[in-house]
Amino acid sequence: MKYMMKLKAEEKEMLDGSKGDTLRKAMETVVRFGETFGAKRLVPIDHNLHMVTSMGIPLLGTVFGLMDELIAGGISLARPFTVDPRPFDYSTVNVGPLKKIAFRIMYGRQAAYEKQLDKIGLKDKNAFTCACYLDEVGNIPKKGDALAWSESSAVVYANSVLGARSNRNSGVIELLCGVVGRVPEFGFLTDAGRGADWLVEVKTTKKPEAQVLGSAIGMKVIEDVPYITGLDKHLGARLTQDAKDYLKDMGAALASNGAVGLYHVDRLTPEARERKKALLKKKFRTYVVDDAEMERVYRSYPVMWKRPDARPKLCFIGCPHLSLAQVRAWLAAIEDTLAKHGRRSAAVRTVLTTAPDVADAFRRESGVPQRLASAGVTLSSICPLMYMNNPFCAKEPVATNSNKLRTYTTARYFKDDDILEIIAKGRTI
Amino acid sequence: MSKIFKGRPIIPGEWTGPCVVSRQGMNTLASFQKGALAGKKSIVCSDQNNPDLYDKVLTGMAVCLPKTIGSTTGGMVLQTVAARGVGPAALLFSERIDSLAAGGVILAKVWNNADVVTVDGLGEEFLRFVEDGMLVTIKPDGTVTAG
Repeated sequence: MKYMMKLKAEEKEMLDGSKGDTLRKAMETVVRFGETFGAKRLVPIDHNLHMVTSMGIPLLGTVFGLMDELIAGGISLARPFTVDPRPFDYSTVNVGPLKKIAFRIMYGRQAAYEKQLDKIGLKDKNAFTCACYLDEVGNIPKKGDALAWSESSAVVYANSVLGARSNRNSGVIELLCGVVGRVPEFGFLTDAGRGADWLVEVKTTKKPEAQVLGSAIGMKVIEDVPYITGLDKHLGARLTQDAKDYLKDMGAALASNGAVGLYHVDRLTPEARERKKALLKKKFRTYVVDDAEMERVYRSYPVMWKRPDARPKLCFIGCPHLSLAQVRAWLAAIEDTLAKHGRRSAAVRTVLTTAPDVADAFRRESGVPQRLASAGVTLSSICPLMYMNNPFCAKEPVATNSNKLRTYTTARYFKDDDILEIIAKGRTI
Repeated sequence: MSKIFKGRPIIPGEWTGPCVVSRQGMNTLASFQKGALAGKKSIVCSDQNNPDLYDKVLTGMAVCLPKTIGSTTGGMVLQTVAARGVGPAALLFSERIDSLAAGGVILAKVWNNADVVTVDGLGEEFLRFVEDGMLVTIKPDGTVTAG
Protein backbone atom coordinates (compact mmCIF):
# COMPACT_ATOMS: atom_id res chain seq x y z
CA MET A 1 0.00 0.00 0.00
CA LYS A 2 1.05 3.62 -0.54
CA TYR A 3 1.56 5.67 2.58
CA MET A 4 2.83 9.10 3.59
CA MET A 5 3.61 8.32 7.22
CA LYS A 6 7.22 8.15 8.37
CA LEU A 7 7.72 4.56 9.53
CA LYS A 8 10.62 3.00 11.36
CA ALA A 9 12.41 -0.06 10.01
CA GLU A 10 10.51 -2.54 12.18
CA GLU A 11 7.20 -0.92 11.25
CA LYS A 12 8.08 -1.15 7.55
CA GLU A 13 8.90 -4.83 7.98
CA MET A 14 5.49 -5.46 9.48
CA LEU A 15 3.81 -3.54 6.70
CA ASP A 16 5.63 -5.28 3.86
CA GLY A 17 4.72 -8.72 5.20
CA SER A 18 8.22 -9.74 6.32
CA LYS A 19 6.78 -10.63 9.74
CA GLY A 20 3.82 -12.57 8.41
CA ASP A 21 0.52 -11.79 6.76
CA THR A 22 -1.41 -11.27 9.99
CA LEU A 23 0.97 -8.59 11.21
CA ARG A 24 0.93 -7.08 7.72
CA LYS A 25 -2.85 -6.69 7.85
CA ALA A 26 -2.70 -5.38 11.42
CA MET A 27 -0.11 -2.79 10.46
CA GLU A 28 -1.93 -1.88 7.24
CA THR A 29 -5.09 -1.23 9.24
CA VAL A 30 -3.28 0.94 11.79
CA VAL A 31 -1.40 2.91 9.10
CA ARG A 32 -4.51 3.47 6.95
CA PHE A 33 -6.38 4.55 10.05
CA GLY A 34 -3.66 7.02 11.03
CA GLU A 35 -3.27 8.39 7.52
CA THR A 36 -6.99 9.17 7.38
CA PHE A 37 -6.40 11.62 10.21
CA GLY A 38 -3.09 13.00 8.99
CA ALA A 39 -0.87 11.15 11.48
CA LYS A 40 2.79 11.65 10.58
CA ARG A 41 4.09 8.74 12.64
CA LEU A 42 3.26 5.92 15.01
CA VAL A 43 4.18 6.21 18.69
CA PRO A 44 4.74 3.39 21.20
CA ILE A 45 1.82 2.51 23.45
CA ASP A 46 2.70 3.40 27.06
CA HIS A 47 0.06 1.50 29.00
CA ASN A 48 -2.15 -1.59 29.01
CA LEU A 49 -5.05 -1.83 26.58
CA HIS A 50 -8.74 -1.66 27.39
CA MET A 51 -10.96 -3.35 24.82
CA VAL A 52 -14.67 -2.87 24.21
CA THR A 53 -15.42 -6.27 22.69
CA SER A 54 -16.41 -8.57 25.54
CA MET A 55 -19.37 -10.35 24.01
CA GLY A 56 -19.45 -13.63 22.16
CA ILE A 57 -22.14 -12.69 19.67
CA PRO A 58 -21.97 -15.24 16.84
CA LEU A 59 -22.78 -12.47 14.37
CA LEU A 60 -19.40 -10.93 15.13
CA GLY A 61 -17.74 -13.72 13.19
CA THR A 62 -15.36 -11.18 11.72
CA VAL A 63 -13.89 -10.55 15.17
CA PHE A 64 -13.60 -14.22 16.12
CA GLY A 65 -11.94 -15.03 12.81
CA LEU A 66 -9.44 -12.26 13.37
CA MET A 67 -8.73 -13.53 16.90
CA ASP A 68 -8.18 -17.06 15.55
CA GLU A 69 -5.74 -15.63 13.05
CA LEU A 70 -3.81 -13.85 15.81
CA ILE A 71 -3.69 -16.97 17.97
CA ALA A 72 -2.64 -19.18 15.06
CA GLY A 73 0.19 -16.72 14.38
CA GLY A 74 1.36 -16.96 17.99
CA ILE A 75 0.55 -13.29 18.55
CA SER A 76 -0.37 -11.97 21.99
CA LEU A 77 -0.33 -8.51 23.53
CA ALA A 78 2.75 -7.27 25.35
CA ARG A 79 0.78 -6.18 28.44
CA PRO A 80 -2.26 -7.79 30.11
CA PHE A 81 -5.46 -6.03 29.06
CA THR A 82 -8.94 -5.44 30.44
CA VAL A 83 -12.19 -5.72 28.53
CA ASP A 84 -15.82 -4.58 28.86
CA PRO A 85 -18.28 -6.49 31.09
CA ARG A 86 -19.83 -9.85 30.33
CA PRO A 87 -23.37 -9.79 28.92
CA PHE A 88 -24.94 -12.12 31.47
CA ASP A 89 -24.23 -13.92 34.73
CA TYR A 90 -26.99 -16.20 36.01
CA SER A 91 -25.34 -16.48 39.42
CA THR A 92 -26.19 -12.84 40.11
CA VAL A 93 -28.97 -11.95 37.65
CA ASN A 94 -30.92 -15.12 37.04
CA VAL A 95 -33.54 -15.15 34.29
CA GLY A 96 -36.38 -17.37 33.14
CA PRO A 97 -36.06 -20.12 30.49
CA LEU A 98 -37.10 -17.97 27.52
CA LYS A 99 -34.53 -15.30 28.27
CA LYS A 100 -31.91 -18.00 28.81
CA ILE A 101 -32.63 -19.48 25.40
CA ALA A 102 -32.31 -16.02 23.85
CA PHE A 103 -29.03 -15.35 25.69
CA ARG A 104 -27.72 -18.75 24.58
CA ILE A 105 -28.44 -17.86 20.96
CA MET A 106 -27.33 -14.23 21.14
CA TYR A 107 -24.09 -14.83 23.03
CA GLY A 108 -23.53 -18.38 21.93
CA ARG A 109 -19.80 -17.89 21.49
CA GLN A 110 -19.20 -16.33 24.91
CA ALA A 111 -17.17 -19.19 26.40
CA ALA A 112 -15.15 -19.69 23.22
CA TYR A 113 -14.50 -15.97 22.89
CA GLU A 114 -13.32 -15.68 26.50
CA LYS A 115 -10.83 -18.47 25.77
CA GLN A 116 -9.59 -16.47 22.78
CA LEU A 117 -9.20 -13.36 24.98
CA ASP A 118 -7.27 -15.40 27.51
CA LYS A 119 -4.89 -16.69 24.85
CA ILE A 120 -3.97 -13.21 23.65
CA GLY A 121 -3.29 -11.84 27.16
CA LEU A 122 -6.43 -11.00 29.16
CA LYS A 123 -5.47 -9.69 32.63
CA ASP A 124 -7.44 -12.27 34.62
CA LYS A 125 -10.97 -13.64 35.07
CA ASN A 126 -11.98 -10.39 36.81
CA ALA A 127 -10.86 -8.21 33.91
CA PHE A 128 -14.44 -7.69 32.65
CA THR A 129 -15.55 -4.11 33.40
CA CYS A 130 -16.12 -0.87 31.54
CA ALA A 131 -14.52 1.01 34.47
CA CYS A 132 -11.06 -0.56 34.30
CA TYR A 133 -9.54 2.59 35.82
CA LEU A 134 -11.06 1.98 39.25
CA ASP A 135 -8.45 1.44 41.99
CA GLU A 136 -9.54 -2.15 42.67
CA VAL A 137 -9.14 -3.08 38.97
CA GLY A 138 -5.90 -1.21 38.49
CA ASN A 139 -5.72 -0.48 34.75
CA ILE A 140 -4.88 3.16 35.50
CA PRO A 141 -2.75 5.05 32.98
CA LYS A 142 -0.66 8.05 34.01
CA LYS A 143 -1.04 11.59 32.75
CA GLY A 144 0.47 11.85 29.29
CA ASP A 145 0.49 8.08 28.57
CA ALA A 146 -0.24 7.22 24.94
CA LEU A 147 -3.07 4.68 24.84
CA ALA A 148 -5.10 2.69 22.34
CA TRP A 149 -8.34 2.30 24.26
CA SER A 150 -11.90 1.82 23.18
CA GLU A 151 -15.12 1.82 25.25
CA SER A 152 -16.35 5.38 25.01
CA SER A 153 -16.85 5.90 28.75
CA ALA A 154 -13.35 4.62 29.54
CA VAL A 155 -11.68 6.69 26.82
CA VAL A 156 -13.32 9.92 27.94
CA TYR A 157 -12.38 9.20 31.58
CA ALA A 158 -8.77 8.37 30.73
CA ASN A 159 -8.38 11.53 28.65
CA SER A 160 -10.25 13.94 30.88
CA VAL A 161 -9.85 12.82 34.49
CA LEU A 162 -6.48 11.03 34.25
CA GLY A 163 -4.93 13.21 31.55
CA ALA A 164 -3.83 10.20 29.50
CA ARG A 165 -4.01 10.30 25.70
CA SER A 166 -6.27 8.07 23.66
CA ASN A 167 -8.39 8.63 20.62
CA ARG A 168 -11.87 7.14 20.52
CA ASN A 169 -10.79 3.92 18.90
CA SER A 170 -13.26 1.49 17.53
CA GLY A 171 -13.39 -2.07 18.78
CA VAL A 172 -10.74 -4.16 16.94
CA ILE A 173 -8.74 -1.04 16.01
CA GLU A 174 -7.57 -0.85 19.64
CA LEU A 175 -6.64 -4.54 19.51
CA LEU A 176 -4.64 -4.15 16.31
CA CYS A 177 -2.79 -1.14 17.77
CA GLY A 178 -1.96 -3.40 20.73
CA VAL A 179 -0.78 -6.13 18.37
CA VAL A 180 1.68 -3.82 16.61
CA GLY A 181 2.49 -2.04 19.90
CA ARG A 182 1.96 1.38 18.39
CA VAL A 183 -0.74 3.94 17.89
CA PRO A 184 -1.02 6.65 15.21
CA GLU A 185 -0.24 10.10 16.57
CA PHE A 186 -3.18 12.37 15.86
CA GLY A 187 -6.15 13.97 17.61
CA PHE A 188 -6.10 13.54 21.38
CA LEU A 189 -2.55 12.23 21.27
CA THR A 190 -1.30 15.68 20.30
CA ASP A 191 -1.27 18.93 22.32
CA ALA A 192 -3.17 20.72 19.56
CA GLY A 193 -5.90 18.09 19.56
CA ARG A 194 -6.67 18.66 23.23
CA GLY A 195 -7.80 22.27 22.93
CA ALA A 196 -11.43 23.13 23.71
CA ASP A 197 -13.95 24.10 21.01
CA TRP A 198 -16.71 25.05 23.45
CA LEU A 199 -17.00 27.01 26.64
CA VAL A 200 -19.82 25.41 28.62
CA GLU A 201 -21.06 27.56 31.48
CA VAL A 202 -22.94 25.60 34.13
CA LYS A 203 -25.28 28.03 35.87
CA THR A 204 -27.67 25.70 37.66
CA THR A 205 -28.91 26.61 41.13
CA LYS A 206 -28.04 23.18 42.53
CA LYS A 207 -25.61 20.38 41.66
CA PRO A 208 -26.81 19.16 38.26
CA GLU A 209 -27.61 15.49 37.75
CA ALA A 210 -24.34 14.18 36.22
CA GLN A 211 -26.06 12.01 33.64
CA VAL A 212 -28.37 14.79 32.38
CA LEU A 213 -25.60 17.37 32.29
CA GLY A 214 -23.43 14.99 30.26
CA SER A 215 -26.32 14.29 27.95
CA ALA A 216 -27.08 18.00 27.43
CA ILE A 217 -23.47 18.87 26.65
CA GLY A 218 -22.95 15.75 24.50
CA MET A 219 -25.97 16.49 22.34
CA LYS A 220 -24.78 20.09 21.89
CA VAL A 221 -21.06 19.67 21.17
CA ILE A 222 -21.28 16.18 19.55
CA GLU A 223 -17.57 15.23 19.22
CA ASP A 224 -15.98 18.56 20.10
CA VAL A 225 -14.05 19.24 23.28
CA PRO A 226 -15.92 21.26 25.93
CA TYR A 227 -14.29 23.37 28.64
CA ILE A 228 -16.81 23.34 31.48
CA THR A 229 -16.98 26.12 34.06
CA GLY A 230 -19.18 26.40 37.13
CA LEU A 231 -18.96 22.76 38.17
CA ASP A 232 -16.29 23.38 40.79
CA LYS A 233 -18.97 25.30 42.72
CA HIS A 234 -20.75 21.97 43.19
CA LEU A 235 -17.87 19.49 43.13
CA GLY A 236 -15.15 21.49 44.84
CA ALA A 237 -11.71 22.13 43.38
CA ARG A 238 -10.13 18.77 44.23
CA LEU A 239 -10.44 15.46 42.43
CA THR A 240 -11.96 13.65 45.39
CA GLN A 241 -13.57 10.22 44.97
CA ASP A 242 -16.97 11.94 44.81
CA ALA A 243 -15.76 14.27 42.07
CA LYS A 244 -14.19 11.40 40.09
CA ASP A 245 -17.40 9.37 40.33
CA TYR A 246 -19.45 12.35 39.18
CA LEU A 247 -17.12 12.93 36.23
CA LYS A 248 -17.21 9.21 35.36
CA ASP A 249 -20.99 9.30 35.04
CA MET A 250 -21.09 12.66 33.30
CA GLY A 251 -18.44 11.47 30.85
CA ALA A 252 -20.35 8.33 29.95
CA ALA A 253 -23.36 10.45 29.01
CA LEU A 254 -21.16 12.89 27.07
CA ALA A 255 -19.71 9.99 25.09
CA SER A 256 -22.97 8.16 24.38
CA ASN A 257 -25.40 11.06 23.86
CA GLY A 258 -22.70 12.71 21.78
CA ALA A 259 -19.27 11.44 20.84
CA VAL A 260 -17.13 13.39 23.27
CA GLY A 261 -13.71 11.87 23.93
CA LEU A 262 -12.24 14.62 26.08
CA TYR A 263 -13.57 17.37 28.31
CA HIS A 264 -11.95 19.82 30.69
CA VAL A 265 -13.49 21.01 33.94
CA ASP A 266 -12.30 24.37 35.18
CA ARG A 267 -10.11 24.08 38.33
CA LEU A 268 -10.62 20.32 38.50
CA THR A 269 -9.29 18.13 35.68
CA PRO A 270 -5.49 17.92 35.23
CA GLU A 271 -5.05 19.99 32.08
CA ALA A 272 -7.61 22.60 33.15
CA ARG A 273 -5.71 23.04 36.40
CA GLU A 274 -2.50 23.63 34.46
CA ARG A 275 -3.59 25.66 31.48
CA LYS A 276 -6.98 26.98 32.58
CA LYS A 277 -8.91 28.85 29.89
CA ALA A 278 -5.81 28.95 27.69
CA LEU A 279 -7.13 25.55 26.59
CA LEU A 280 -9.94 27.31 24.71
CA LYS A 281 -9.33 27.61 20.99
CA LYS A 282 -9.48 31.07 19.41
CA LYS A 283 -12.90 30.62 17.88
CA PHE A 284 -14.75 28.78 20.64
CA ARG A 285 -18.51 28.67 20.95
CA THR A 286 -20.48 29.08 24.16
CA TYR A 287 -23.28 26.95 25.63
CA VAL A 288 -25.03 27.88 28.86
CA VAL A 289 -26.64 25.15 30.94
CA ASP A 290 -29.11 26.46 33.49
CA ASP A 291 -32.04 24.87 35.32
CA ALA A 292 -34.39 25.42 32.36
CA GLU A 293 -31.98 23.81 29.90
CA MET A 294 -31.49 20.80 32.20
CA GLU A 295 -35.24 20.34 32.43
CA ARG A 296 -35.70 20.74 28.65
CA VAL A 297 -33.13 18.02 27.95
CA TYR A 298 -34.59 15.70 30.59
CA ARG A 299 -38.10 16.12 29.17
CA SER A 300 -36.87 15.42 25.62
CA TYR A 301 -36.05 11.74 26.26
CA PRO A 302 -38.45 9.41 24.44
CA VAL A 303 -40.17 6.79 26.61
CA MET A 304 -39.79 3.41 24.95
CA TRP A 305 -41.93 1.40 27.35
CA LYS A 306 -45.09 0.02 25.76
CA ARG A 307 -47.10 1.47 28.62
CA PRO A 308 -45.55 4.60 30.11
CA ASP A 309 -47.48 4.02 33.36
CA ALA A 310 -46.25 0.40 33.73
CA ARG A 311 -44.80 -0.78 37.03
CA PRO A 312 -41.04 -1.26 36.56
CA LYS A 313 -39.93 -4.88 36.68
CA LEU A 314 -36.24 -4.22 37.07
CA CYS A 315 -33.98 -1.36 38.03
CA PHE A 316 -30.38 -1.07 36.84
CA ILE A 317 -27.93 1.23 38.59
CA GLY A 318 -24.36 1.21 37.36
CA CYS A 319 -23.81 1.89 33.66
CA PRO A 320 -20.91 2.63 33.64
CA HIS A 321 -19.93 0.31 36.49
CA LEU A 322 -20.10 1.82 39.98
CA SER A 323 -17.03 2.58 42.06
CA LEU A 324 -16.72 1.07 45.54
CA ALA A 325 -17.77 4.39 47.08
CA GLN A 326 -20.84 4.50 44.82
CA VAL A 327 -21.88 0.93 45.62
CA ARG A 328 -21.65 1.73 49.32
CA ALA A 329 -23.60 4.97 48.88
CA TRP A 330 -26.35 3.38 46.77
CA LEU A 331 -26.95 0.52 49.17
CA ALA A 332 -27.12 2.96 52.09
CA ALA A 333 -29.47 5.28 50.18
CA ILE A 334 -31.74 2.38 49.24
CA GLU A 335 -31.84 1.20 52.86
CA ASP A 336 -32.66 4.73 54.06
CA THR A 337 -35.43 5.16 51.48
CA LEU A 338 -36.93 1.77 52.28
CA ALA A 339 -36.91 2.67 55.98
CA LYS A 340 -38.57 6.01 55.23
CA HIS A 341 -41.39 4.13 53.49
CA GLY A 342 -41.64 1.46 56.18
CA ARG A 343 -40.39 -1.31 53.90
CA ARG A 344 -37.73 -3.95 54.52
CA SER A 345 -36.89 -4.79 50.91
CA ALA A 346 -37.05 -3.27 47.47
CA ALA A 347 -40.40 -3.29 45.71
CA VAL A 348 -38.58 -3.57 42.36
CA ARG A 349 -35.85 -6.06 41.60
CA THR A 350 -32.76 -3.85 41.82
CA VAL A 351 -29.33 -4.60 40.40
CA LEU A 352 -26.19 -2.59 41.23
CA THR A 353 -23.53 -3.26 38.62
CA THR A 354 -19.84 -2.87 39.31
CA ALA A 355 -16.47 -4.33 38.38
CA PRO A 356 -15.85 -7.91 39.59
CA ASP A 357 -12.90 -6.72 41.72
CA VAL A 358 -15.07 -4.02 43.30
CA ALA A 359 -17.91 -6.50 43.91
CA ASP A 360 -15.47 -8.88 45.61
CA ALA A 361 -14.13 -6.07 47.81
CA PHE A 362 -17.63 -4.89 48.74
CA ARG A 363 -18.88 -8.38 49.57
CA ARG A 364 -15.91 -8.81 51.92
CA GLU A 365 -17.00 -5.78 53.97
CA SER A 366 -18.67 -6.56 57.26
CA GLY A 367 -22.38 -7.36 56.99
CA VAL A 368 -22.67 -6.48 53.31
CA PRO A 369 -24.02 -9.82 52.00
CA GLN A 370 -26.71 -9.75 54.70
CA ARG A 371 -27.59 -6.12 53.98
CA LEU A 372 -27.88 -6.81 50.25
CA ALA A 373 -30.11 -9.80 50.87
CA SER A 374 -32.24 -7.92 53.35
CA ALA A 375 -32.77 -4.96 51.01
CA GLY A 376 -33.44 -7.28 48.08
CA VAL A 377 -30.61 -5.73 46.11
CA THR A 378 -28.37 -7.71 43.77
CA LEU A 379 -24.71 -6.96 43.14
CA SER A 380 -23.61 -7.99 39.67
CA SER A 381 -20.85 -7.36 37.15
CA ILE A 382 -22.81 -7.79 33.94
CA CYS A 383 -23.23 -5.15 31.25
CA PRO A 384 -26.82 -3.88 31.60
CA LEU A 385 -26.73 -2.75 27.99
CA MET A 386 -25.97 -6.20 26.65
CA TYR A 387 -28.53 -7.70 29.03
CA MET A 388 -31.16 -5.37 27.60
CA ASN A 389 -30.30 -6.43 24.05
CA ASN A 390 -32.10 -9.68 24.80
CA PRO A 391 -35.48 -9.11 23.10
CA PHE A 392 -37.35 -10.63 26.06
CA CYS A 393 -35.58 -8.27 28.45
CA ALA A 394 -36.20 -5.32 26.13
CA LYS A 395 -39.96 -5.87 26.32
CA GLU A 396 -40.01 -5.36 30.07
CA PRO A 397 -40.26 -1.94 31.72
CA VAL A 398 -36.77 -1.37 33.08
CA ALA A 399 -35.83 1.74 35.03
CA THR A 400 -32.32 3.15 35.17
CA ASN A 401 -30.34 6.22 36.19
CA SER A 402 -27.99 5.66 33.24
CA ASN A 403 -28.27 7.90 30.25
CA LYS A 404 -26.08 5.53 28.26
CA LEU A 405 -28.43 2.64 28.95
CA ARG A 406 -31.39 4.83 28.02
CA THR A 407 -29.74 5.78 24.73
CA TYR A 408 -29.11 2.24 23.53
CA THR A 409 -32.04 0.29 24.94
CA THR A 410 -35.70 0.52 25.94
CA ALA A 411 -34.73 1.27 29.54
CA ARG A 412 -36.25 4.46 30.89
CA TYR A 413 -34.17 7.14 32.52
CA PHE A 414 -35.00 8.51 35.96
CA LYS A 415 -33.07 10.89 38.16
CA ASP A 416 -31.32 9.40 41.20
CA ASP A 417 -33.92 10.58 43.74
CA ASP A 418 -36.76 9.26 41.58
CA ILE A 419 -35.03 5.90 41.18
CA LEU A 420 -34.89 5.54 44.96
CA GLU A 421 -38.62 6.25 45.24
CA ILE A 422 -39.34 3.72 42.48
CA ILE A 423 -37.28 1.08 44.29
CA ALA A 424 -39.24 1.70 47.47
CA LYS A 425 -42.72 2.09 45.98
CA GLY A 426 -42.58 -0.19 42.96
CA ARG A 427 -44.11 2.36 40.66
CA THR A 428 -43.05 5.43 38.72
CA ILE A 429 -43.56 8.85 40.19
CA MET B 1 -31.72 19.58 -10.83
CA SER B 2 -28.56 17.74 -9.86
CA LYS B 3 -25.61 19.19 -8.05
CA ILE B 4 -21.97 18.12 -7.85
CA PHE B 5 -19.98 17.98 -4.63
CA LYS B 6 -16.31 17.17 -4.10
CA GLY B 7 -14.98 15.34 -1.09
CA ARG B 8 -12.08 13.17 -0.01
CA PRO B 9 -12.31 9.47 -0.86
CA ILE B 10 -11.59 7.34 2.21
CA ILE B 11 -12.63 4.06 0.59
CA PRO B 12 -12.68 5.00 -3.09
CA GLY B 13 -15.24 3.44 -5.40
CA GLU B 14 -17.87 3.92 -8.07
CA TRP B 15 -21.49 3.57 -7.04
CA THR B 16 -24.93 4.87 -7.98
CA GLY B 17 -28.07 4.44 -5.93
CA PRO B 18 -30.55 6.03 -3.54
CA CYS B 19 -29.65 7.71 -0.29
CA VAL B 20 -31.06 8.26 3.17
CA VAL B 21 -30.14 11.37 5.08
CA SER B 22 -29.34 11.97 8.73
CA ARG B 23 -28.99 15.65 9.63
CA GLN B 24 -27.64 14.63 13.04
CA GLY B 25 -24.80 12.28 13.93
CA MET B 26 -25.66 8.64 13.24
CA ASN B 27 -25.26 6.42 16.28
CA THR B 28 -23.91 3.30 14.58
CA LEU B 29 -24.55 0.82 17.38
CA ALA B 30 -28.05 2.11 18.11
CA SER B 31 -28.86 2.18 14.38
CA PHE B 32 -27.72 -1.32 13.42
CA GLN B 33 -27.81 -3.39 16.58
CA LYS B 34 -31.41 -4.57 16.49
CA GLY B 35 -31.31 -5.68 12.86
CA ALA B 36 -27.83 -7.16 13.14
CA LEU B 37 -28.64 -9.12 16.29
CA ALA B 38 -31.81 -10.45 14.67
CA GLY B 39 -29.78 -11.56 11.65
CA LYS B 40 -31.92 -9.52 9.24
CA LYS B 41 -31.02 -9.45 5.57
CA SER B 42 -32.22 -5.89 5.33
CA ILE B 43 -31.53 -3.69 8.34
CA VAL B 44 -33.78 -0.81 9.31
CA CYS B 45 -32.46 1.85 11.66
CA SER B 46 -33.35 1.08 15.27
CA ASP B 47 -32.08 4.33 16.81
CA GLN B 48 -35.07 5.83 18.57
CA ASN B 49 -33.14 9.06 19.12
CA ASN B 50 -32.61 9.72 15.42
CA PRO B 51 -35.90 10.86 13.86
CA ASP B 52 -34.23 11.25 10.44
CA LEU B 53 -33.24 7.59 10.13
CA TYR B 54 -35.45 5.70 12.59
CA ASP B 55 -37.30 2.81 10.91
CA LYS B 56 -35.72 3.45 7.51
CA VAL B 57 -33.77 0.84 5.53
CA LEU B 58 -29.99 1.31 5.76
CA THR B 59 -28.84 -1.81 3.92
CA GLY B 60 -27.60 -1.09 0.42
CA MET B 61 -28.20 2.65 0.73
CA ALA B 62 -25.87 5.61 0.62
CA VAL B 63 -26.15 7.15 4.07
CA CYS B 64 -25.54 10.91 4.03
CA LEU B 65 -24.56 12.23 7.43
CA PRO B 66 -22.35 14.71 9.27
CA LYS B 67 -20.52 11.96 11.23
CA THR B 68 -21.15 8.93 13.41
CA ILE B 69 -21.52 9.10 17.17
CA GLY B 70 -21.93 6.83 20.19
CA SER B 71 -20.33 3.63 21.42
CA THR B 72 -16.85 2.60 20.38
CA THR B 73 -18.28 -0.69 19.17
CA GLY B 74 -19.45 1.45 16.23
CA GLY B 75 -16.58 0.63 13.90
CA MET B 76 -16.76 -3.07 14.63
CA VAL B 77 -20.50 -2.99 13.99
CA LEU B 78 -19.87 -1.30 10.63
CA GLN B 79 -17.24 -3.90 9.78
CA THR B 80 -19.60 -6.71 10.67
CA VAL B 81 -22.60 -5.48 8.68
CA ALA B 82 -20.33 -4.71 5.72
CA ALA B 83 -18.74 -8.16 5.84
CA ARG B 84 -22.18 -9.78 6.01
CA GLY B 85 -23.40 -7.73 3.05
CA VAL B 86 -26.11 -5.97 5.05
CA GLY B 87 -24.37 -2.66 5.65
CA PRO B 88 -24.78 0.63 3.84
CA ALA B 89 -23.36 0.65 0.31
CA ALA B 90 -21.83 4.04 0.86
CA LEU B 91 -21.19 6.58 3.60
CA LEU B 92 -21.14 10.23 2.55
CA PHE B 93 -19.94 12.58 5.27
CA SER B 94 -20.52 16.30 5.10
CA GLU B 95 -17.83 16.78 7.76
CA ARG B 96 -14.50 15.08 8.30
CA ILE B 97 -14.96 11.39 9.04
CA ASP B 98 -14.83 10.40 12.72
CA SER B 99 -12.48 7.78 14.16
CA LEU B 100 -15.15 5.10 14.71
CA ALA B 101 -16.52 5.16 11.19
CA ALA B 102 -13.02 5.32 9.72
CA GLY B 103 -12.01 2.31 11.79
CA GLY B 104 -15.04 0.37 10.61
CA VAL B 105 -14.69 0.94 6.89
CA ILE B 106 -10.92 0.32 7.00
CA LEU B 107 -11.38 -2.93 8.96
CA ALA B 108 -13.97 -4.11 6.44
CA LYS B 109 -11.63 -3.26 3.56
CA VAL B 110 -8.42 -4.83 4.94
CA TRP B 111 -9.79 -7.90 6.76
CA ASN B 112 -12.96 -8.74 4.83
CA ASN B 113 -12.32 -7.27 1.40
CA ALA B 114 -15.69 -5.53 1.77
CA ASP B 115 -15.79 -1.98 0.42
CA VAL B 116 -18.19 0.55 1.87
CA VAL B 117 -17.58 3.40 -0.56
CA THR B 118 -16.75 6.30 1.74
CA VAL B 119 -16.25 10.00 1.05
CA ASP B 120 -15.84 12.72 3.66
CA GLY B 121 -15.63 16.51 3.70
CA LEU B 122 -18.52 17.05 1.27
CA GLY B 123 -19.55 20.22 3.09
CA GLU B 124 -22.63 21.58 4.84
CA GLU B 125 -24.27 22.47 1.52
CA PHE B 126 -24.24 18.78 0.58
CA LEU B 127 -26.23 17.83 3.67
CA ARG B 128 -28.68 20.70 3.06
CA PHE B 129 -29.20 19.59 -0.55
CA VAL B 130 -29.67 15.82 -0.32
CA GLU B 131 -33.01 14.27 0.57
CA ASP B 132 -34.22 10.75 1.28
CA GLY B 133 -34.59 8.71 -1.92
CA MET B 134 -32.44 11.06 -4.00
CA LEU B 135 -30.10 9.31 -6.44
CA VAL B 136 -26.39 9.81 -5.80
CA THR B 137 -23.50 8.90 -8.09
CA ILE B 138 -20.08 8.51 -6.50
CA LYS B 139 -16.80 8.55 -8.43
CA PRO B 140 -13.48 7.13 -7.18
CA ASP B 141 -11.98 10.62 -6.90
CA GLY B 142 -14.58 11.62 -4.30
CA THR B 143 -16.94 13.45 -6.64
CA VAL B 144 -20.57 12.98 -5.66
CA THR B 145 -23.46 13.95 -7.93
CA ALA B 146 -26.79 14.22 -6.15
CA GLY B 147 -30.25 14.69 -7.61
